[in-house]
Amino acid sequence: MDPVGAVLETVGLTKFFGMVRAAEDLSLRFQEGELVGIVGPNGSGKTTLLNMITGYVKPDRGRIRFQGKDITGLLPRAVADLGIARSFQMPQLYLSLSVLENLVLALAIRAGRARGFWTPLVRVDRLDDARRILVQFGLEEHASHDAGQLPEGARKLLDVALSFARRPRILLMDEPTSGVSARDKSKVMDTLVPVLKGTGVTTIFVEHDMEVVERYAERVLAFDEGKVVASGSPDAVLADPAVRRALLGRP
Amino acid sequence: MSAGLTFTYGVVRILNLAHGNLYALGAYMGAWLVLGWGSNAWPVLSYLLLFLAAVVIGVTAGPVIERLFLRRVYGKAEEIQILLTFSILLILEDVIKLAWGVSPLFADKPYTYMGVVRLGGVDYAGYPFLLTGIAVVTGLLLWLVVTRTRFGKVLVSVITDREMSAALGVNVPRIYTLAFTLGAVFAALGGAFTAPMFSLVPGIGAEVIVVSFAVVAIGGLGSIGGAALGAVLVGLARATAVHLVPELDLFAIYLIMALVLLFRPQGLFGQVEARRI
Amino acid sequence: MAIALAGLALFLVVPPFLPEWITFLLTLAWAKALAVLGIVLLLRGGLLTFGHALYYAVGAYTAGFAVKFLGVHDGLVVLVLAVVTGAAASALLGLLLARYRGMHFGLLNLAFSMVLYAILLKFYAVTGGTDGLRLPTPLLAGVKPAAAHLRLTIYYVTVVLTALLLYVAYRFTASPLGYTLRAVRDNEVRVEYMGASVRQAIYCSYIVAGVLASVGGVLAGFSVGHIVPEVSFWTQSGEFVFVALLGGTGSVLAPVAGSIVFEFVRNYAFKYSPYTWQMTLGLVLLIIIFFLPGGLWSLTGMVRRWIR
Repeated sequence: MDPVGAVLETVGLTKFFGMVRAAEDLSLRFQEGELVGIVGPNGSGKTTLLNMITGYVKPDRGRIRFQGKDITGLLPRAVADLGIARSFQMPQLYLSLSVLENLVLALAIRAGRARGFWTPLVRVDRLDDARRILVQFGLEEHASHDAGQLPEGARKLLDVALSFARRPRILLMDEPTSGVSARDKSKVMDTLVPVLKGTGVTTIFVEHDMEVVERYAERVLAFDEGKVVASGSPDAVLADPAVRRALLGRP
Repeated sequence: MSAGLTFTYGVVRILNLAHGNLYALGAYMGAWLVLGWGSNAWPVLSYLLLFLAAVVIGVTAGPVIERLFLRRVYGKAEEIQILLTFSILLILEDVIKLAWGVSPLFADKPYTYMGVVRLGGVDYAGYPFLLTGIAVVTGLLLWLVVTRTRFGKVLVSVITDREMSAALGVNVPRIYTLAFTLGAVFAALGGAFTAPMFSLVPGIGAEVIVVSFAVVAIGGLGSIGGAALGAVLVGLARATAVHLVPELDLFAIYLIMALVLLFRPQGLFGQVEARRI
Repeated sequence: MAIALAGLALFLVVPPFLPEWITFLLTLAWAKALAVLGIVLLLRGGLLTFGHALYYAVGAYTAGFAVKFLGVHDGLVVLVLAVVTGAAASALLGLLLARYRGMHFGLLNLAFSMVLYAILLKFYAVTGGTDGLRLPTPLLAGVKPAAAHLRLTIYYVTVVLTALLLYVAYRFTASPLGYTLRAVRDNEVRVEYMGASVRQAIYCSYIVAGVLASVGGVLAGFSVGHIVPEVSFWTQSGEFVFVALLGGTGSVLAPVAGSIVFEFVRNYAFKYSPYTWQMTLGLVLLIIIFFLPGGLWSLTGMVRRWIR
């Protein structure tokens, strides 16, 4: 691994919530274009890491660098503008807008048109772009439905699609398959992974399901109590006795 | 009064615009009872009547409003809830007019009974002292109820996590009704005991809700201690303004509110709860 | 769009054949519809204000002061001034208010409008106190309208101007900013994470809403010919909110429909039962909240489905 090529880097990131250690001295590097899975028991600091990178939570100590630039302490909005997008464990959608409108608005905001108050939002070129993304994510049949009426799996996909529509350099996904039935989990991932790999976006995803991580992640970080207890290839990490103890309660 | 408002809000999470009308209802009912049955022979009776008025209003209007209307909008968009209490406000405004007419009502007997108090060579009316005493006592009582009794503990648990409380067997809807009723009694109590100091005219409900919102906003929503502090601040500011520049007595309140909001908006951020994402 | 234009044509053709008092009520309804429209726009962002009469009053008193102190008699110049004062006032207060949501937003607006009410009431020398200010017949681009057609002239100016602003508001609702505002109501977290500023969206919309109400205030002021501090009182704001709910938030045309229905109903209700007017409003509001949450405008949707 070439240390200079890290697109995203954290240095000594530390965060306590009262007595709870959510991150302690986390120094991580992520390479351009890789697909990294993060595993760990509940409360081990996985989501907090995503929250700190995107500026939702301020770290107590430590820095975050994106493409060599210090982004610690920026607002989520500013972080998004730089090219770091995220999806959520509970999908965050505009429930009263249609799926298509959700996406078209995302495209307009990306184009810096959020303040335009005269030209219509829905334009032919944006519609085409939005439809293309919907097809990529297998959501074209839902295009005109309100986001509030979608089944859970489709909500998850739309949540990622909204973030993806910003054409980020880094995409953070918080449990893309949680709340989805076991049968549909691989369907969601089979849809997402080829699209993401096709664009070369660096993807970091938090995941509870070990099978999903094993199958799709190129590299795995295992968290426990705010620290990385193992990292490397999925097979190696998931076979690590310390990880198994933390995750499953047995070696 | 403000204690009642912030108390209901804390529990039910709906800020009740009609709260001012409950105050007005209490005031009217109190004045009416005193005018009708108060007797010079037995002054204490008129204070009991005021108290009775507050309890009657609170215990009848409170549950009716909560059960019949508010219950249907829990969990709906906040603007719907506000609008609902707004429509109740409109209705109660006219209920007062229909019941007691539009001409001013003035029952100052309880005020004059207290006579004057001589402090440092200056005569002060006695009644305001009684009023302050009552406010302090009810405030303390409320605080004791919340912190020391079983009911208070259940209440706090409902405020912190209503799903969990429901799961543990707390009858949450019943707590809501009780809390709302208690809030209504406080509002009516405030109204009834201030009634002897002013002549009552239609529309005081709306005025009162604005002032008490200012009080609650300054102190921070949901905090009883905050409401008390806010009330003292507003009262002092108003008194100063009346003394120095009478034109500006209303401004004083809004000025304080604007200043607090400008420099300490986080004190009011009780309603912007951090979302779990 | 075609139906909207046909409706507008109807409102332009019919009035000369109507009694004068109806034309007057219609003028008032169209003018007030602008203030209601401002409330509707904010409601689409989940923001409920109980003090929008503030900007309505700013417009009305801009006209009053322009005539009294600046000697401006041309209605069009006054309108331009009102746009400026409305924008300035909302831009200033918006700095503070754009932080707040829900109850705080609603009641802070109310508080500010009551402050203005108190100012208008107490600074008698400038504002005329409870007597208010008289607004003489304005000139139009330098021309004095003939006395015989005075009502109609004011009516036409009001309708045409309101229609234009309705179109502006329509463009606004269809624009990225308009959608961002709806998105704010749905999910602020997502809006921020997409790289748009929630505060900015609310702030811009607030100014638009303020300007609309200010223009409405001028138009209503000229049609009544007299302005009083009550235009800033909370009951006026409450009335606007009521009409907004009555009409519905589904279309920019809904405020006009709601406003016209309201003016006529009030005209009759006041005659027959002045003491239960607020109670009637409250009851109707309850009915709307529980049974017709989309307001009168949602009836058009039902009709459309029924025809199909």
